[in-house]
Amino acid sequence: MIRYSLKRLLSLIVSLAVASLVIFFVIEVAPGDPASFMLGINAQPDTVAALRAELGLDQSKFARYIEWVSGIIRGDFGTSYTYRTPVAEMIADRLWVSLPLALYALTLSTLIAFPAGIYAAARRGKGGDMAVMGATQLGVAVPNFWFAMMLVLIFAINLRWFNAGGFVGWDSGLWTGLHSLTLPAISLALPQAAILARVMRSALLDILGEDFMRTARAKGLSKRQALWRHGVRNALIPVLTIIGLQFSFLLAGAIIIEQVFYLPGLGRLVFQAISARDLIVVESVVMLLVFSVIMVNFLVDLAYAAVDPRLRSRT
Amino acid sequence: MTRNLIIGATLSSLVLLAALVSFVWTPFDHAAMNIPAKLQTPNLIHWLGTDHFGRDIFSMIMVGARTSIAVALVAVGIGISIGVPLGLTAAARNGGWLDELIMRGNDLVFAFPSLVIAILITAIFGAGAINAIIAIGIFNIPVFARISRGAALSLWQREFIMAARVAGKGTARISAEHILPNIANLLIVQGTIQFSLGILAEAGLSYVGLGAQPPTPSWGRMLADAQTMVSFAPHLALIPGSAIIVTVLGLNLMGDGLRDYLDPKLRVART
Repeated sequence: MIRYSLKRLLSLIVSLAVASLVIFFVIEVAPGDPASFMLGINAQPDTVAALRAELGLDQSKFARYIEWVSGIIRGDFGTSYTYRTPVAEMIADRLWVSLPLALYALTLSTLIAFPAGIYAAARRGKGGDMAVMGATQLGVAVPNFWFAMMLVLIFAINLRWFNAGGFVGWDSGLWTGLHSLTLPAISLALPQAAILARVMRSALLDILGEDFMRTARAKGLSKRQALWRHGVRNALIPVLTIIGLQFSFLLAGAIIIEQVFYLPGLGRLVFQAISARDLIVVESVVMLLVFSVIMVNFLVDLAYAAVDPRLRSRT
Repeated sequence: MTRNLIIGATLSSLVLLAALVSFVWTPFDHAAMNIPAKLQTPNLIHWLGTDHFGRDIFSMIMVGARTSIAVALVAVGIGISIGVPLGLTAAARNGGWLDELIMRGNDLVFAFPSLVIAILITAIFGAGAINAIIAIGIFNIPVFARISRGAALSLWQREFIMAARVAGKGTARISAEHILPNIANLLIVQGTIQFSLGILAEAGLSYVGLGAQPPTPSWGRMLADAQTMVSFAPHLALIPGSAIIVTVLGLNLMGDGLRDYLDPKLRVART
């Protein structure tokens, strides 16, 4: 297990290094000099040069890459070109919206998907199964930002149960904060719940055909007892993997949903930064998203290996 | 034929038909503004109503189908034309450094959600349909590489491949002549699924302004335009949204149906 973990850790570090190289140099080839952009078209050349020096843009690309990466490792993402504030602070502020939103959506999607998937598997081929499967087909086909608009139309504009957009902040209390994230979380959760319910159902169906399930029934457990004690537990492994992967997708997917609800999260930060050519912010947010995907994959792999020893030798 | 396949193929053909017909005929010019007729709900003259500039929504939906289909189709094409050769090469060199390199490269691309790739590309080259295609296409590459590698690996163990080897064929020729035809079914099914994901991705990118730019009509941007008017003109959002749902649902059902149809073993196992 230790050897496997070390091997995975090494490949994690290599992946992160390559990802950071790709992100940095892809952004570097972007046309347009941030310093000239910030100062406008009427700026004097020496002013631009001074700003370039201040931002560190006059150093070689490689030196700046090294500085960027070593900064990130220390938790220092550099200084925003436009706002002149530390990028780490800006990201941390926005994470207070994006992270709870992703977690909220993940919780909702799990709460919807588990019962739906288990119900469908238990009634395989019957009306209930068909209804759940039909609903999941629809759930996968609905664009979440459109669903978000419909939720706003019904629950914010017509029924007035929620605000149509914006975030009140956590200072006004946990409940109020969660309340203003509810519609965004539901719209993010729906397609994920549809996918998860399908995974839950098919994982359970695989398990239900196993010999140990027949043994469980033979030793006197009722269908329901066997399903819960042996079926659901075993089906959890593939399902947890998908949940892990969904988290990073939710974090990235929130970028669009934040636009619908005008939420001050990472997504809006990225869009503002792109239009202001605040490249260091774009770089850092993209790196953070990619880091979270790679990290989650790594943790899922480790969790898998801890549960199933056969996987350790396979790598 | 399965029911899924029939329903899915019907829905998808309807959308494709609308896109094709739009080249020769639309009820109105999709870009023609007619302010006096703005924000009409569906009626006999404007079948799906008009938008805030008085443009005919039915015509815009038809032309928008073109954008969606073109973007998703080319993106799937990129995925197949780069991903499949990579996957086949990796399988042919199973366990070698080339296999390892290709698969690790795959993992790396997987770590960039397509939206993030799109944001990166937009940050560099600006927004537009071509950049949306590239962003979605790049994300399709590892999908096809992985699936063709997995399927090819098991084929390499089969007798008819051994026979081809004994006959003196090289790995590249075996991959092209024997492996590829045998994984074609799988690629068609996956292609359908990626196509529907491409439609969704294009809509999302256009919605946030990273996709097709005006005056090219696109379903995603119609939704973005509708957002501020949804309270008094809900049809502006309902109609493009339904167009997306019908297309994606149709393609997904067709993908599921094709999988069952092309693989009789699964027909029993899946029901």
